[in-house]
Amino acid sequence: MPRLSALDMPDVPKAQLPPHLEQQRTRVSCKSDAPLHTEGIQYSGAYASMGVDNSLRLDSFSKNFRVEVVRLTEDEIEFDMIGIDASLANAFRRILIAELPTMAIEKVLIANNTSVVQDEVLAQRLGLIPIEADPRLFEYVSENDTAHEKNTIVFKLDVRCKKDDGRIKAKSSELKWLPGGSELQMASTNSNPSTNPNAKPKTYTSFNCRQDSLPEFSHKPLRPKYGDITIAVLGAGQAIDLEVHAVKGVGRTHAKWSPVATAWYRMLPEVVLTQEVEDGKAEELVSKCPVNVFDIEDIGEGRKKAVVARPRACTLCRECIREKHWEECVDLRRVRDHFIFTIESTGALPPEVLFTEAVKILEQKCERIIAELS
Amino acid sequence: MAVPDEDDTSKRIPSPVSMKSLAAPVKSAVDKYQLLPEFLKVRGLVKQHLDSFNYFINCEIKKIIHAKDNERIVSDINPKIYLKFLDIYVESPSVEEDHIREPLIPQRCRLSDTTYAAPVKVDIEYTRGNPIQTEIKKGHVIANMPIMLRSRRCVLYGMDDDELARLGECPLDPGGYFIVKGTEKVLMIQEQLSKNRIIIDTDKKGRVSASVTSSTHERKSKTVIVMEKERIYLQLNQFTKLIPIMVIMKAMGMESDQEVVQMVGRDPRYSGLLLPSIQECASERIYTQYQALEFLEKKVVKSRFTNQKVHQGDFYPKCIYVGVMLRRMLEAILNADTIDDKDYVGNKRLELSGQLISLLFEDLFKTMSSAAKKSIDEALTKASRSSSMDISLHLKKDWITHGLERAISTGNWDVKRFKMNRKGMTQVVSRLSFIAALGHMTRIQPQFEKSRKVSGPRALQPSQWGMLCPCDTPEGEACGLVKNLALMTHVTTDEEESPLITLCYSLGVEDMSLLSAEELHSVNSYLVMFNGLILGKHRLPQRFANGMRKLRRAGKIGEFVSVFVNEKQRCVYLASDGGRVCRPLVIADKGVSRIKEHHMKELRDGARVFDDFLREGLIEYLDVNEENNALIALYEGEADSKTTHIEIEPFTILGVCAGLIPYPHHNQSPRNTYQLCRMDTLLYLLVYPQRPLLTTKSIELVGYDKLGAGQNATVAVMSYSGYDIEDAIVMNKSSLDRGFGRCIVMKKVSAVKQAYDRIIMPKMSSGKGGLDSHMQILDTDGIASPGEIVRPLDILINKQSATVSRDQLISHKVLPDSAYKFTPVKHKGTEGETTVVDRVALFTDKDQNMVIKFMIRHTRRPEVGDKFSSRHGQKGVCGTIVQQEDFPFSERGICPDLIMNPHGFPSRMTIGKMIELLGGKAGVSCGRFHYGSAFGEPSGHADRVEVIRYHRVSSPSVYIHGTYLLPKAKTYGLRLGEMERDCLIAYGASMLIFERLMISSDPFKAQVCRKCGLLGYYHHSLKTGFCSMCKSGENVSTMKLPYACKLLFQELQAMNIVPRLQLTEH
Repeated sequence: MPRLSALDMPDVPKAQLPPHLEQQRTRVSCKSDAPLHTEGIQYSGAYASMGVDNSLRLDSFSKNFRVEVVRLTEDEIEFDMIGIDASLANAFRRILIAELPTMAIEKVLIANNTSVVQDEVLAQRLGLIPIEADPRLFEYVSENDTAHEKNTIVFKLDVRCKKDDGRIKAKSSELKWLPGGSELQMASTNSNPSTNPNAKPKTYTSFNCRQDSLPEFSHKPLRPKYGDITIAVLGAGQAIDLEVHAVKGVGRTHAKWSPVATAWYRMLPEVVLTQEVEDGKAEELVSKCPVNVFDIEDIGEGRKKAVVARPRACTLCRECIREKHWEECVDLRRVRDHFIFTIESTGALPPEVLFTEAVKILEQKCERIIAELS
Repeated sequence: MAVPDEDDTSKRIPSPVSMKSLAAPVKSAVDKYQLLPEFLKVRGLVKQHLDSFNYFINCEIKKIIHAKDNERIVSDINPKIYLKFLDIYVESPSVEEDHIREPLIPQRCRLSDTTYAAPVKVDIEYTRGNPIQTEIKKGHVIANMPIMLRSRRCVLYGMDDDELARLGECPLDPGGYFIVKGTEKVLMIQEQLSKNRIIIDTDKKGRVSASVTSSTHERKSKTVIVMEKERIYLQLNQFTKLIPIMVIMKAMGMESDQEVVQMVGRDPRYSGLLLPSIQECASERIYTQYQALEFLEKKVVKSRFTNQKVHQGDFYPKCIYVGVMLRRMLEAILNADTIDDKDYVGNKRLELSGQLISLLFEDLFKTMSSAAKKSIDEALTKASRSSSMDISLHLKKDWITHGLERAISTGNWDVKRFKMNRKGMTQVVSRLSFIAALGHMTRIQPQFEKSRKVSGPRALQPSQWGMLCPCDTPEGEACGLVKNLALMTHVTTDEEESPLITLCYSLGVEDMSLLSAEELHSVNSYLVMFNGLILGKHRLPQRFANGMRKLRRAGKIGEFVSVFVNEKQRCVYLASDGGRVCRPLVIADKGVSRIKEHHMKELRDGARVFDDFLREGLIEYLDVNEENNALIALYEGEADSKTTHIEIEPFTILGVCAGLIPYPHHNQSPRNTYQLCRMDTLLYLLVYPQRPLLTTKSIELVGYDKLGAGQNATVAVMSYSGYDIEDAIVMNKSSLDRGFGRCIVMKKVSAVKQAYDRIIMPKMSSGKGGLDSHMQILDTDGIASPGEIVRPLDILINKQSATVSRDQLISHKVLPDSAYKFTPVKHKGTEGETTVVDRVALFTDKDQNMVIKFMIRHTRRPEVGDKFSSRHGQKGVCGTIVQQEDFPFSERGICPDLIMNPHGFPSRMTIGKMIELLGGKAGVSCGRFHYGSAFGEPSGHADRVEVIRYHRVSSPSVYIHGTYLLPKAKTYGLRLGEMERDCLIAYGASMLIFERLMISSDPFKAQVCRKCGLLGYYHHSLKTGFCSMCKSGENVSTMKLPYACKLLFQELQAMNIVPRLQLTEH
């Protein structure tokens, strides 16, 4: 009898995992009680005994990695990211939410507020208004910095409800851009008024030039992204007169700087009928699904069977496998390296730009680490 | 094969139906819900207070002055000089300033710390001058009476929303409280035992007694008949000792023993029980009325008792009354079941603000009259009378004004005549939230001491159904004693008695005075009692009762008159007195509801109001006693031929506060109760209040949806980060950034500018050219201006006080600056809080000093450690605040506002909350508000009643082995619980724990085997411990441990868990 190595099994195909292991490696399966195999296998030698290399290689990654844009509107993008690990997909999501800078109102100088909305509440509301300004054109304001045209946008809000107007709404469209900087004068200027009576009165900003004279803003005035956001409701005789200063910041400090309403991803659902589901059962299955994943197909002779028509719509509510024995027919899985990524922009930057910016930030971070390590 | 087929189809067909419709209560054919808003429209939520106060203002107050003793003030010195009150009336609130009366509005009173009061005017007839001539004076002011808001006399009465808003009133505010010296005070509803009713009870010594508390305008007394050593005695305050009952009977003219026995009833068992008393009387040699009166003479004071009226010295009715009392008592001795339940709601009366004020007013009126009389007499005795005397000037209005004001503002009700001395009758209206204020108005205070550790009154009474809220009661010492009215409860006011009595007689009641003692208890007739008074008897009680009810339904007599046939006591009870709780029910004839669909349609179309239902006899009010004669179906579908009434809506058994909880019937009942106490969170003024997505019908009825006091949060139920143990919640920082949970805390600062003070402009200090850093918020008038940010120690009022004496102040018109000392009002706040002056109010107080009030506002966002609560008594502190990117998100990208730990659910059993979460999500998804009213849809289990019992568990909680009880009193012991144990450990008082849990609890000597660690036993023949596992007594030691501990070990062993003790020498 020839001596055979235990690893040398001719009936086991080389460099290929048996289907159940392959499924375990690439899919998360969702059972009616809980999902199974949620953790990916990172160890490169996990399948070495079977001659399968589990390591992640740059060349194979760049060969397999794909991005497919599914939907792109003015403020929303949905795209598929295929061939990437969850950790990286999540890194993008985190950067999008917390680390991508935007411009948001940080300072509110209230000259007059006789509305019922309290000053601090009004300020908080103003802060959340998204501003259509490319944050890449601005600098961060550091601690001892003065406000200048490169780091601050100034708006003015002056609404007044006349005595016989009934009630009016102060909308965000009434925020007027002041390209020349603040118009409010500092109170303590009278300390030495005699020195230079002709000098410009000191205001809360020190702009060197008007912002609209700069080429990047001249063609497009800065304004709130949406004009129909209610800031306050004014009753008869009430008025609001204030000035706001928007600066650059990131979502980690305050949610108002977050460029996205939200950014999230989900793994591609995969719905597999492991058995033929026919006739009455098929109709039952179709009616079970609240998002219409299944369709009915005629297979002749008046018989019908269920097919998976729209697996992408599946929300993994597991309604179809909740009842007994259904789990044997329907297998719900998610593809481990296929992410359906959605970004909802608040408007400062278009969503596709947001993602590329996020990639840049990740790149910078990586470079920083490499620099630190070397 | 055919058989299973059939089976299959029969199974399949009902399955889609059965899930919902079979388990659901059969939906009533007519949706009567619409009645509820109609009911509340006519009645309001605090109608009980308003009704009672209106009754006082309109009727009671007139009765008081027309009472015999009150009507005239006659001088003792010259009886010809007198003053007679002809009429009294209360005007609408006004204030007198510089002898000009101007109307008063409530908001002004709140701001200027004055009382919202109206002048009480009288028309008087009096004598004056010399020679004496009578004069009539109209509109003489005798008092300024605090007026209840929204009552008939209030300026707000009948105003619409716009007018109310113009006067600075919230249109949703229910009224029903007083404003005294600027604070809003609500007179708590007082719960009392019925007056003028026979109550059979056992006293402390276990003696059976029958007692009557008589109460009229003139007198209040308590009569007790008690059995002691087999003899029956009467106890009355006027007598020093117990009086044998037979002596009393004889004194009242019932000399024949036979008559007494007849009066009690001829049953030999009764006479057997009476015999010792008769013997005692005979042994005292009292046979005649004269002898009896002589006997009583020695025991002091006159013998007036029970509320039966005496006409021209005819004591016969009183005799009958005593007879009936005796009979009831003897019956109770023979059969303990007939003892009255003191906690039964039918034996309770609720005293409302009107009654309480009237009590006080009468007393003060009498004081005023006697003071006036005294001063008249004094004036008459003075020999030299230059001017002719005007008696009306002797009526000083301060007596009543101050008396009422003091009583309401302190809550102390002192009426000396009745030896009444009650405290805590009023409370400041809690304005933490709208619902707290509303709940305050419906709260009922008990008369008992709160600290009493009794379980009886605390337990939930079946008779509370529909009248008092089963959920809303505080925790702790007042648990079960302080109650709340249910949504549809009405509290009656007094009704005129005499027409009703006449009516009874014409309906065939045989007058008692015409009956002999023998006839009184004849087999085929029932006694008729009216408000505790024996009217007589009736041979056809059922017919009589039905006749009365028909009259009531026809509106011929008051709708709140109750007719109750008590078959056990063979009595028909009629009641028209005030303070009874009652509620409306739909009348059904043989189980068929009288309200038909067309009625409801008319209601919806506005062609019909609630009172029409009442007038047409579709709905009637039943009080607790009369409910005993009714068979009330919960739903129309459940009614059968015996049903007499149908509930309007089942969720009306809950009160105002409990109605806010969605799905309360799915929760463990204590949770609902906890929720009701939970209204104490920090939220004073929420920045973004929201309507709950899941409303209840009560919420809409109360108007809570217009005054939101909460926010709808996206909640993830999962355990996350470990900062969520023990009910802590994890919050999303981005949600907080966006305004979730933000609230405004208002603080009031007020200061008085005395006459010698002055407020000056902030001075520019010459140095740096600016103001003092703490003076920056001051306006030019020296007072901080609204909208300014205040920091701690900032000056709010730049005030200076004169240091010179009063004389100089008057003599010198202008004082030099040096005479003033700087006495600023500074803001006291904590560093780091941004506070803002919200409002500044200036007004003059009653001493004509300027008062400056600041409202200081502080907007705060939730921080770690802030407390949050859902509507199910699930509170939790914020454990940590987490960035949004670290938060979990759903398949649809939804990121929750907060995460709560799922461990909060199993032990709390708040299924209702889970359903609320689901219902809320459904509401968001389809963009509609959903209902989560109580009993709105089928609920699972019938074990709710048990759970309620558990909540109000009697405090003497004796476990199998009384371990955790403090030794003082086994029965009333308090548990040294886990928390207390923790405290003691933390304090380091471990020996105290040892003492509490072992020495003074249940020490036990156990035999423990050192080898196997198990418990052994003491072998009596070997005289040593013995281990039955090792079959030896060698390694057995004796040790002390609590018996409970030993029991636990053995119980564990019984469950196949082996606890082994390892002993070491110490």
